[in-house]
Amino acid sequence: MDSFIDFFSFSDPNIRYVVIGSILLTASSATVGSFTFLKKKALVGDAVAHAVLPGVCLAFILSGNKNPFLLILGAFTTGWLSLVAIDWITRKSKIKEDSAIGLVLSVSFGIGILLLTMIQHSGNASQTGLDQFLFGKAASLVGSDLIVFTIVSLLLIFTIVLFFKELTLLAFDKAFAETIGFPVKRLELLLTTLTVMAVVVGIQAVGVVLMAAMLITPAAAARFWTERIKVMILLAALFGSFSGVTGAYISYIAPSMPTGPWIVMVISGIAFFSFFFAPGKGIVSRLFQQYRIRSKMNDENVLKALYGLGEKEDDFYVARSPEEINSHRSFENSNLIQTLKRLRSQGYLESDQHDYWLTQEGMKKGQRVVKLHRLWETYLTKYLRIAPDHVHEDAESIEHVLTPELEKRLEQLLEYPEIDPHQSTIPYNN
Amino acid sequence: MIHQVQNPVLEVHDLTVSYDKKPVLWNIDFSIPKGQLVGIIGPNGAGKSTLIKSIMGLIPLNSGYVKLFDQELDEVRTRISYVPQRGSVDWDFPASALDVVLMGRYAKLGLFKRPKKADKDWAMECLTKVGMQAYSNRQISQLSGGQQQRVFLARALAQQADLYFMDEPFAGVDAATEKTIVDILREMSAQKKTVIVVHHDLQSVESYFKWVLLINLRLIASGPTEEVFGQELLQETYGGKLTLLSDVGNLMKKGRLPQREKTGK
Repeated sequence: MDSFIDFFSFSDPNIRYVVIGSILLTASSATVGSFTFLKKKALVGDAVAHAVLPGVCLAFILSGNKNPFLLILGAFTTGWLSLVAIDWITRKSKIKEDSAIGLVLSVSFGIGILLLTMIQHSGNASQTGLDQFLFGKAASLVGSDLIVFTIVSLLLIFTIVLFFKELTLLAFDKAFAETIGFPVKRLELLLTTLTVMAVVVGIQAVGVVLMAAMLITPAAAARFWTERIKVMILLAALFGSFSGVTGAYISYIAPSMPTGPWIVMVISGIAFFSFFFAPGKGIVSRLFQQYRIRSKMNDENVLKALYGLGEKEDDFYVARSPEEINSHRSFENSNLIQTLKRLRSQGYLESDQHDYWLTQEGMKKGQRVVKLHRLWETYLTKYLRIAPDHVHEDAESIEHVLTPELEKRLEQLLEYPEIDPHQSTIPYNN
Repeated sequence: MIHQVQNPVLEVHDLTVSYDKKPVLWNIDFSIPKGQLVGIIGPNGAGKSTLIKSIMGLIPLNSGYVKLFDQELDEVRTRISYVPQRGSVDWDFPASALDVVLMGRYAKLGLFKRPKKADKDWAMECLTKVGMQAYSNRQISQLSGGQQQRVFLARALAQQADLYFMDEPFAGVDAATEKTIVDILREMSAQKKTVIVVHHDLQSVESYFKWVLLINLRLIASGPTEEVFGQELLQETYGGKLTLLSDVGNLMKKGRLPQREKTGK
């Protein structure tokens, strides 16, 4: 708990640097990544991230020190070259984009590791810490680095805000953007450059290997919660910063823990949570909807069975045992009792110890389902020319779907028929 | 059977276009008069969409030129509107119907400027014209195919252009949408705007279009519907493939030949 207060009171300037740094790094890559995500170029970010490593190493070999400006310059150069290479391979050969990305990614990462190993065996004292580019170390950000990365991050966010309208149109409808005279080629170049810059600063936080996650995951998680692009980007930036701060905190309390993987764990956690629990789009919300539809169908089927039994004897309000209902139409036993009890609590049925009978409202509801079933059968035979013995199955599911509005249209279209294709009377309310 | 006209809105001169070195349009040459409702008709793979894409500068030309209002495309872009095929964009994009229509104002706004309240009012008016005002805030993936097509039409209306190119606006739409679109196209034509539509339903050609282009890799006819839309020319458009033409095309692709020899200019 002490460490929590120590960390989040920001009294230690080093902690302040780290927190500000991780927020800016992750937020800016999430912002730029939102457009990469919307343009469906997720893997491109991954290729750039891996291609950055040889640039960093080369910059170090040539300069002999870890000046952040030079390292960024090196990273930017090779990252950018990798995109040119992918584009060139796709255009000039029969190799498709995904294979080209795979090729460029592995080749440049191979070269990067090679150079990194060379540096590590060269005995240059200032090389320590260079390997942090592999997995990131936001927790070791110091003042001078921070200024550089802050400037780049702010520049990224500012550029996105400035070109928001143009980049959005480019992502949604490139051909249209071109026909209204937007400089599409230059805008794509801009987005590419922004992506490379985002990767270059982002690897400080999570490292080369995991950088793709920082670009794409926040946007993918945010997409679950909103249909508005501005809100989506804002959420992505928020999710990104949250994971950045949390990751930095974890490596503060446990210095042996690597920051990058923790940041990625947190953002992935947010993504999984969104995937399961986001309203409307999440899995849980969909399962719940399915459950509600299924219980509605069960309810209607039971009422329909009771109505059908009553139809035979011309008395709808007779008390009937669950067994008798089951003999008319088979239900799963536990399911039937559950449904009967639910219908009773809703006021559509009444019961004594063992038997159940329809209330007036229950009768009406059952009658409507039977009516819809028979109307749909009539419609299918009349308009789709389906044989009468082939229409029942279809009507079994459609009867639960038809809205009152469609019901009315169906009645008018068929001109209130009295009997269905099986010569059963179609019951109307009055 | 190609009617050339005086003072055309659109003049396409000797246009040849290829994909991957294989020519898909050969020496297309025609002109379109002002204020017409024009249908581009031809079988699948005839190059109908390619034709309007190359007119809009989306595909490089191998030879020939295009003049719009007797000028180059870049000088008259704001007077021209292009409606791509509905399937060419991702409708799961996080945007509302109104957002998409607002994009029709972007050309007038230019770079960096944000749409103002007045632009939104105008976009809303265009949505109303296509009968979609009730759906302005609806996310576009929740719209039906016909409604999405109407949103595209509203975006084109928002551009306030004089010449419209529409790629298959009637593909996969419901009857009500088809009627709405046709009514709007007729109204535009009555206001002396020229509308050029890629179309593939032969049944409705005569009732929709005053001017027709028949194409199948080459231009077969261009002229008033009552003159060119007849049995004989349709047979030529839809009937037997010109196998010699496509064989030569394949040969060019294989041999990687340049489409036109370089002349020492």
